[in-house]
Amino acid sequence: MAPFLQVEKLSKAYQADRPVFADVSFSAQRGEFVCLIGHSGCGKTTILNVLAGLDSATTGHVFVDGREVRGPGLERGVVFQNHALLPWLTVRRNIAFAVKSRWPSWKAAQVDEQVRKYVELVGLGHAIDKKPFQLSGGMKQRVGIARAFAIEPKLLLLDEPFGALDALTRGTIQDELMAIVRRTGQTVFMITHDVDEAILLADRILLMTNGGDTPGGYRPGGLAEVVRNPLPRERSRAELHRLPGYYELRNHLVDFLVSRAKAA
Amino acid sequence: MSSAFDVRTTLASLLLLLFVLGGWQLATDGTGSRGPAVAVSLSEEEREYLRMLGKDPDAATAKRDGFPSPITVARSAWEHLADPFFDRGPNDKGIGLQLLYSLARVATGFGLAVLVALPLGFLIGMSPLVRGALDPFVQVLKPISPLAWMPLALYTLKDSNVSGVFVIFVCSIWPMLINTAFGVASVRREWLAVAATLEVSRLRKAFCVILPAAAPTIVTGMRISIGIAWLVIVAAEMLVGGTGIGYFVWNEWNNLSLPNVIFAILVIGVVGMILDKMLGALQRLVTYVE
Ligand SMILES: Nc1ncnc2c1ncn2[C@@H]1O[C@H](COP(=O)(O)OP(=O)(O)O)[C@@H](O)[C@H]1O
Ligand SMILES: [Mg+2]
Repeated sequence: MAPFLQVEKLSKAYQADRPVFADVSFSAQRGEFVCLIGHSGCGKTTILNVLAGLDSATTGHVFVDGREVRGPGLERGVVFQNHALLPWLTVRRNIAFAVKSRWPSWKAAQVDEQVRKYVELVGLGHAIDKKPFQLSGGMKQRVGIARAFAIEPKLLLLDEPFGALDALTRGTIQDELMAIVRRTGQTVFMITHDVDEAILLADRILLMTNGGDTPGGYRPGGLAEVVRNPLPRERSRAELHRLPGYYELRNHLVDFLVSRAKAA
Repeated sequence: MSSAFDVRTTLASLLLLLFVLGGWQLATDGTGSRGPAVAVSLSEEEREYLRMLGKDPDAATAKRDGFPSPITVARSAWEHLADPFFDRGPNDKGIGLQLLYSLARVATGFGLAVLVALPLGFLIGMSPLVRGALDPFVQVLKPISPLAWMPLALYTLKDSNVSGVFVIFVCSIWPMLINTAFGVASVRREWLAVAATLEVSRLRKAFCVILPAAAPTIVTGMRISIGIAWLVIVAAEMLVGGTGIGYFVWNEWNNLSLPNVIFAILVIGVVGMILDKMLGALQRLVTYVE
């Protein structure tokens, strides 16, 4: 069976002779959770934007569900790095905007029902009529997640969704996220720079290197390794560090980030 | 701010007003006491002549006394406010009626400018090509005093009323055009990205994302425009005459009726303030916190 998400030989160059990354290929099966880890500036957001259809690669192709990506589409839901809520709309209307875009023929009541369902799912029922500025950073990020989930996309693209949150809030939302995608069977591509987050959530972890000058000349960034998560799929944050294989995996990832991810 | 602070500022404002009025009254009191002496200098024939012209000889003497006192101005204000909408021929209309003429011109010119500036500003803001092409024209046209268009307007439009509206249109358009273009061009990229990933149609994107995002900047432009329009309408009406609050000021100056001139100045200020407050309210309505 062809993979649900297929990325082939992607490269992006803002300067022709110094591509940010090159030869990036990977795939994800339907229902798989894939994390991309790398240092800041290596091109993670650029790759996600190409998958989302918001940016175009210099070379290479992206296929989702057998069809080549040529622009943004409703079958791919994006959670942006800084939530990107429309600040003049309430939580309800922010999500309703997405739901109405997905199902233009729906009646108001039907839209509202869908909105409520996903607002409840991220535990924000009490804040549904608040505007984004009245919410904490964690709550805003949850609204961003609810908005992406409410259009029921086949592929979810998340760009460091928990980067700006405190550890406690991050843990709660990670649990929520995992519970939702396990239930819906959606395919997820998520960027993070948090090793434990990747170990908790991902079935596979893509390790990405930064481009840079080496003694042998400029070397573009790219995928160094794809790590399969050996831990059982039903795992929780609390017991994570007690699972066999956890420390080996964690050390491997940290080693990569500390010693191999940067060219210099 | 606390309400105690508000009370204090209001009190200070009132005190300042009293101070200014008191100073004004004191400064003009001398001329007031000289009043009778000047009145005596009017012969009985002169007084009769003034009555035949339909003018009050006592008021006429007051005019010649130099700068009117606040009391005189208040008296003239009271007369105007008691009957603001009378119409006794082209040179004698109530101040309310004249204001309505001016406001109608401003509303028409400003409204037309909104209809042109908003869509054009959207186009400029969304397309770097259009922006580049139109920029030199905007740069040259913007600094032209709107009144400089008056002769051309009068020649081509052949109507002083329409020319007044045109001048208001011309002076209103630039701040709105520039602010709309700027507001549209600086809509946050991630909001546009949200619209793109949701496959929102161009029209819906324009009305549901770009317009609300740029609205505070656009309304700021409208507020600047209405302020300029209200400045310009007075000058324009002085120039072309006929009707309006600007013409009223000019006419009262020709009548040497300074109390009326001063009252009209106050009215211009108050109406200008109300216009600004209206746009200010609209601004509060569309402003969002990020
Ligand atoms: N529009 C652009 N023009 C030039 N360089 C860019 C542009 N956008 C991103 N870059 C560069 O591409 C690299 C990758 O950026 P990004 O994908 O945001 O990295 P990451 O998300 O991994 O931190 C960075 O070094 C950045 O400077
Ligand atoms: Mg990034």
